[in-house]
Amino acid sequence: MKSIIRFIPLILFVLLGVLLYRGLFLNPQAMPSAMIGKPLPDFTMPMLKATQKQVGRDDLKGNIVLLNVWATWCIQCKYEHPYLLNISRNPRVKLYGLNFTDEHSSAIQWLKEYKDPYVFSIFDEQGALGLDIGVFGAPETFVIDHTGIIRKRFAGPINDMIWKKEFLPLIEVIEAEMAQGA
Amino acid sequence: MQLTMQANINNTALSLLRFLRLVLSVLLLSVLWSANAAAGPVETFKFKDEATKLRFQVLSKELRCPKCQNQNLADSNAKIAVDLRKNLYNLLQEGQTDQEIIDFMVYRYGDFVLYRPQLKKQTYILWFGPLAILLSFAVGVVFVLRRRTKIKDNELDLSSKEQANLDDILNKK
Repeated sequence: MKSIIRFIPLILFVLLGVLLYRGLFLNPQAMPSAMIGKPLPDFTMPMLKATQKQVGRDDLKGNIVLLNVWATWCIQCKYEHPYLLNISRNPRVKLYGLNFTDEHSSAIQWLKEYKDPYVFSIFDEQGALGLDIGVFGAPETFVIDHTGIIRKRFAGPINDMIWKKEFLPLIEVIEAEMAQGA
Repeated sequence: MQLTMQANINNTALSLLRFLRLVLSVLLLSVLWSANAAAGPVETFKFKDEATKLRFQVLSKELRCPKCQNQNLADSNAKIAVDLRKNLYNLLQEGQTDQEIIDFMVYRYGDFVLYRPQLKKQTYILWFGPLAILLSFAVGVVFVLRRRTKIKDNELDLSSKEQANLDDILNKK
């Protein structure tokens, strides 16, 4: 009994050490979205390239929808843009844009200059839809499955490594679910 | 002799004055600077009444800016914080209750936006953990103290020989 008591401080110290050591490798920026597992909220927003036309949730057609939040004020969006063009040629997903609190003319100019990877972009001038799906900033990419449920939110620019690590496994999972008819 | 002394005193007084002036200007500068640093983001909202204004101030202090690691909505200049302040204002003007607004924010941004965590299963350890640790320490302290007094009692008891010696000494006096 006495020898056990003698070791209690050591045990406590080791436990605390393990806890703090783990804390060193946690990424405080990484935050799961509160929207994961919830359905994409419905919306009525103008299309960026044809603002007289209103689009809604049902216009995001495709089995696996990627919704990419972008803006011309966002520097990292420029960095990921070439890779988005790459994704737009991938038949497994449909890529839509959410132009977030941006100026219309500069957004149009951007798509002209760097090419348009999106089926279409939603023009969210006030950031209302962005707020509804819990957008913090840009770039962010949401994965929405065939049943309209948000499955993932990725904050930050996408490149080949991130695509393979973060997106492909989930796409395979959703495809398997689709094959099962879930 | 007296004259030089006078001059010396004057000199000291002068340098003292100079020093004071320096201290004062440094103080003044630091006050100005801190006033500048304390000036948060400035927006003009027109509230329908004083109570709504107060609620806005309280809520924007209680809600955390999702993008920033440790700033509340009132404090941050991040784009998202500006947008959320505007949103908070709109929700208040619409007449939503505090709880409705908090639920609105948590639904979209998760528990992270709350500086005061909600009481639920996952947060029991946050709310009751410190109390549990305090209690276990208190129990431990009582346990150890009790044992210590027991040992002392035994040690203090005089053996019969010691008692006899003591009686001897006392009687001799």
